[in-house]
Amino acid sequence: MRTEFRLSGSGGQGLLLAGIVLAEAAILDDKNAVQTQSYGPEARGGSSKAEVVISETDIDYPKATDPDYLLALTADAYKTYGKLMGKGLIIVDSSVPLDPEIKARTTAVPILSTASDVIGKMVVANIVALGVLGGVSGIVKPETLEKAVLNRVPKGTEELNIKALKAGLEIASKARETQV
Amino acid sequence: MTNAKLMQGNEACTLGALAAGLEFFAGYPITPSTEIAELCSEELPKIGGKFIQMEDEIGSIAAIIGASLTGRKSMTATSGPGFSLMQENLGYASLTEVPIVIINVQRVGPSTGMPTSLAQGDVMQARWGTHGDHPVVVLAPGNVKECFELTVKAFNIAEDYRVPVVVLSDEVIGHMREKVVLPEAKDIKVSTRATPEAPGGYLPYKADPDGGVPLMAPFGAGYRYHVTGLFHDDTGFPSNKGEVADVLLRRLQRKVEKAEPVIRDYAVESVDDCDVLVVAFGSSAMSALSAVRQARAKGVKAGLFRPKTIWPFPEEPLHDIATRAKRVIVAEMNLGQLVLEIERVVGGKAPVEKLGKINGELFKPEEILAAIMGGQR
Repeated sequence: MRTEFRLSGSGGQGLLLAGIVLAEAAILDDKNAVQTQSYGPEARGGSSKAEVVISETDIDYPKATDPDYLLALTADAYKTYGKLMGKGLIIVDSSVPLDPEIKARTTAVPILSTASDVIGKMVVANIVALGVLGGVSGIVKPETLEKAVLNRVPKGTEELNIKALKAGLEIASKARETQV
Repeated sequence: MTNAKLMQGNEACTLGALAAGLEFFAGYPITPSTEIAELCSEELPKIGGKFIQMEDEIGSIAAIIGASLTGRKSMTATSGPGFSLMQENLGYASLTEVPIVIINVQRVGPSTGMPTSLAQGDVMQARWGTHGDHPVVVLAPGNVKECFELTVKAFNIAEDYRVPVVVLSDEVIGHMREKVVLPEAKDIKVSTRATPEAPGGYLPYKADPDGGVPLMAPFGAGYRYHVTGLFHDDTGFPSNKGEVADVLLRRLQRKVEKAEPVIRDYAVESVDDCDVLVVAFGSSAMSALSAVRQARAKGVKAGLFRPKTIWPFPEEPLHDIATRAKRVIVAEMNLGQLVLEIERVVGGKAPVEKLGKINGELFKPEEILAAIMGGQR
């Protein structure tokens, strides 16, 4: 069975890296994974989207068709991709105003403020988001996610990133409890 | 699955080149190929190779031709705008029979187009972009693992037949990351050009007129010979004689024609009993494969033919399969290029329909499925 993730926001937020780490964690758990991306010509800013498809079997088509999870960190991303959501769950940053016209199941969680205020570094918002996605979906074990994060992040930032991941997992477990 | 790694297509091309013996890379960075140059700049110095960022793509291909003449396996990587600039020297490499590999990660064109978006619009340019009749070999990977395998193969063909070889990738294949297990070095077949034994009496372009490949002496090893983009005789010196030109050009064409059954490469899915045959290559073939599987689930006998050698085209196998089909659909990210070759190969045995897309976004499987179903549900 395919599980599809779409991670969307603004270029420079590190969502591509979050997608890569999620795919690598799936591989560590012996699953198949494909990661694709689309972005504008800008080096930062502009819209950015990463997709990850995870499956126990072969993956023929690499892109998300009807995502199981949409992560949206900006209002633009929420509006653009939220409208396309069918069966899946939207995980949107709580700073983004919700749009009543977007009908898919939605949970608003404090990803950006957790990174900036609780962890103290906005740059780790992507790893907080990864924790949220991993926790909400349950697609990979938390310890596998941790291993995958450590494989990717620069030396000297391990502690910071693991803290961010754990904060994300914590947000996910709370979101699960409150979700109807 | 201990060796399984998440790997990007461009990364796999670079690792394939290194596995095939790449020693020299010259290039000018361009999206969506830049990761290849980047990784070469990191890896080549570690093995005593050389990486040069050139002033442009004309210089880049010129540099790899020069490096190859010294006996070093050489490569460049680019995308549409850069590939356009390389065309003149691509013809030069063809006529002078210098083995080189060019990776073209296609994006939307013409001109600067859409740098970060997908297209497959360079099919005909890869074949006919440089002027005059000339042989060229073009390989199209359909997934990340094939980026590795076909880049190795590109070097082997370049070395075996002394031809420029183009690896025709695209934005999705180049940037996509997949789970890959690479073969071990001992299991990878690597060819190296045949060289003369000693400088005395060496005739650089002497070969069997029926598609033979001349021995190639490395510059810097005591050989002195002439290399020119003018037509030339066995000595390598220019000749304006019609009969010399005729023999040379026919030999160049013949060597790739003869190679075709050997280098031929393609993949098929469910073609044994198929009524509707989809032909697609590169990233389009991933959508097509999904569409074919969905059609089968609906009880429609669909199949997929995916060429990995685009030029020369694997004519015979496609002709055989198409003869048994009721319809052939060619899905490509352009307005109809490979379809022209498919029409020629199918030769009227089945109607050939084209399905083109040029908005920069990969086919959705349902778009190809709709064409397969032909209005049915």
